Amino acid sequence: MNGLRTHRSYVAFLGHRLSGIALAIFLPIHFIVLGLALSGAENLDRMLAFTDLALVKFAEWGLVMLLSIHLFFGVRVLMLELTKWPNRTDPRSDWIVPSVIAALAIGVVFLLQL
Amino acid sequence: MHRHLFLAQRFSALLLAPLVLAHIALIIIAVRHGLTAEEILSRTRGSVVWAVFYGGFVIAAAIHAPIGIRTILNEWTPLNGNIINAFAIAFALVVLVLGLRAVIAVTVVTG
Repeated sequence: MNGLRTHRSYVAFLGHRLSGIALAIFLPIHFIVLGLALSGAENLDRMLAFTDLALVKFAEWGLVMLLSIHLFFGVRVLMLELTKWPNRTDPRSDWIVPSVIAALAIGVVFLLQL
Repeated sequence: MHRHLFLAQRFSALLLAPLVLAHIALIIIAVRHGLTAEEILSRTRGSVVWAVFYGGFVIAAAIHAPIGIRTILNEWTPLNGNIINAFAIAFALVVLVLGLRAVIAVTVVTG
């Protein structure tokens, strides 16, 4: 059992799940912040000024990473479930590392834009 | 029931995948010059395209996320199935209502 839990497929499964939980918690907060625009752009601006803080920038980067990781691992799940997977050497089992690299690349691009 | 939820989550994922990719690209473009309400709202307000894009995003997320949370709660907690179902439905409604409210705030309201 422990062997299975250190397998990279399990790590990918866990990464997909945990990023999904974090995004589910974030989503309502994100919508509440955007909803501030209902009572005037100034309220939204006040909140956006808060996002200039370094710690909040780091949190934003974390969210972009979570979104990217959930996206790429999610696409992998869809491919595993909805397409034919004939054998164990199928390249789809090797998509985990490229998924992480793609998510990291998006994170780096985000950091470069700050 | 489970089959329908499984399919609903996978179909919503198929819709979300390109939307999330576009959203990430937009985030990166938007933070380039610093986030301001004026910059965001001038781009989105009065735009049918953004209303449909974000409206679709919200609806798909309101389907996708609660089904995922329901699965996780079923597998990782000892909670009763009825409680989990009620929580998932409540969470779906919260995401849907807050999400559509946010879409209206950034695309429709012009005041």
